[in-house]
Amino acid sequence: MMNNTKPTWRDNLKALGYLLPMLIIVGMFSLYPIIKSLAMSFYTDYNFFTNQVNAIGFDNFKTLWQDDNFHLAVWNTIVFVVGVVPVEIILSLAIASLLNQINRLAGLFRTLYFMPFVTSVVAISMVWRWIYNKDAGLLNYLLGFVGVHPIDWLNDPHYAMPALIILAIWKGLGFNILLFLVALNNVDQRLYDAAMLDGANSWQRFWHVTLPMISPMTFLVTVNAVIGSFKVFDEIFALFGGQPGPGHSTLTVVYYLYQMFYEQNKYGLAAASGVVLFLMILVVTLFQLWWSKKHVHY
Amino acid sequence: MQSKKILVYILLVLGALTMLLPFFWMVSTAFKTGFEALQTPPTWLPKHFQWGNWVRAWQAAPFATYLINSVVVSLATTLGQLVTSILAAFAFAKLNFSGKKVLFTILLATMMVPGEMLIIPNFVTLSELHLVNTYGALIVPWLASFFAVFTLRQSFASVPDQLYYAARLDGASDWQFLWRVLVPNAKSTITAIGLLQIIGSWNSFMWPLIVTNTEKMRTLPVGLQAFSSDSGVQYPELMAASTFVILPMVVMYLLLNKYVVAGISNTGIKG
Repeated sequence: MMNNTKPTWRDNLKALGYLLPMLIIVGMFSLYPIIKSLAMSFYTDYNFFTNQVNAIGFDNFKTLWQDDNFHLAVWNTIVFVVGVVPVEIILSLAIASLLNQINRLAGLFRTLYFMPFVTSVVAISMVWRWIYNKDAGLLNYLLGFVGVHPIDWLNDPHYAMPALIILAIWKGLGFNILLFLVALNNVDQRLYDAAMLDGANSWQRFWHVTLPMISPMTFLVTVNAVIGSFKVFDEIFALFGGQPGPGHSTLTVVYYLYQMFYEQNKYGLAAASGVVLFLMILVVTLFQLWWSKKHVHY
Repeated sequence: MQSKKILVYILLVLGALTMLLPFFWMVSTAFKTGFEALQTPPTWLPKHFQWGNWVRAWQAAPFATYLINSVVVSLATTLGQLVTSILAAFAFAKLNFSGKKVLFTILLATMMVPGEMLIIPNFVTLSELHLVNTYGALIVPWLASFFAVFTLRQSFASVPDQLYYAARLDGASDWQFLWRVLVPNAKSTITAIGLLQIIGSWNSFMWPLIVTNTEKMRTLPVGLQAFSSDSGVQYPELMAASTFVILPMVVMYLLLNKYVVAGISNTGIKG
């Protein structure tokens, strides 16, 4: 019965019985497609209807390398990630810190801030589409009070990406606030007392006690937010009515993948763009891991 | 000290209003006439509440069908995922078998791969199985999730092994121990995983968009997207239709919010 004994074939058979339902599904729809999409990215001549591969090679990656639209998609994705993640992290940490200072109504505030997380991206993007309306939209009306002339948020290529970024930050805040609250709750109160005895003001306490103590959570939240932002799609599709923004101004890598796969039936090229997305996420995540080794205090 | 507290509350209220404003605007617009919605300056509350907008929006597209599909798909994927995860998590937490570490590591590594990359081969697989545009396509790929297995395994592992061995000595089978001790003990984790999966499934868009091609099979978000591109749809009806999609999850969340919050706080990863 001990765990370190060598399992018998009966032990293995029993474990297999428990694992099998999960293994069949995960095997078919997660493990196999990972290998298959890697393979497909090299299919240069593929007939979907007969499932016949006529030629393989690096042509898909060459095409991506030369395709201006793909360059734009990569660039837009990076702009989106850089536009969303830092603001989202700073805002959610600030709000979580405020929430952590109060007792009364803290639960109510937390509930309200978190609400966007449970709402359908598509449905709430419809609402934002309406808020962003140039002539009768709520945002331009409110901006009018501070003297801003009406902006054509969704049809002006300069404003489409900012509109998308604002929506994404609004949608993602609550989730990150929740995680920061967990971390803030776990900071040992005695550290603050000690810092106070040493005469540290509230800003110094935040900078020298809070930030180092919650750095593992900041790291987790950042990695999560970066990965999530790299995969943005639903918001774009709903906000711009099935278009990647005016003049492709919000064409991202996943949107490009969707176009190649679903609209143009270029399966190999779509798979190759998926592989590039994966590599981008992998490189950025590894970089964050490396950076965290030096700056995160566990 | 007191004035600082007041400032904190003012900031939090301003933040909360910003978070709520889109929801308020959605419902307020849904009650206006098409003419009033487009007025400048806009009215905060409708002059006359147009209850008829809701009926018209509901009938303008087969929202009842979409709703049934969304309910069926969310419940089926969630129940399926819970069953497969409970069984697998038990094997990883308490059973001794060859290749356990290797298998666990491989499965953990698959979680790093963006799901969007898997859509293409999965679509091909489902086409070969002739499941495109059926409940099968909407449900089967989501019947298991290693994320759920991973989270549950942690919860099961927190029950001491001695308890397991003692139960076995008393003649309890693995099956009995799992369902009578481990599962009741992990009730809050299981609830949280279930709720996160319902929310995720209800709101998912890209996959149902790709694997459905008739109105009959659409889920609510896909149906709403199609409705929004119909010609002649006015903002009040679009906002009413958006409310149909959002409301069930908001109600569920408000009723069960402590489980949702606890689930995310404990796992720290998106559902």
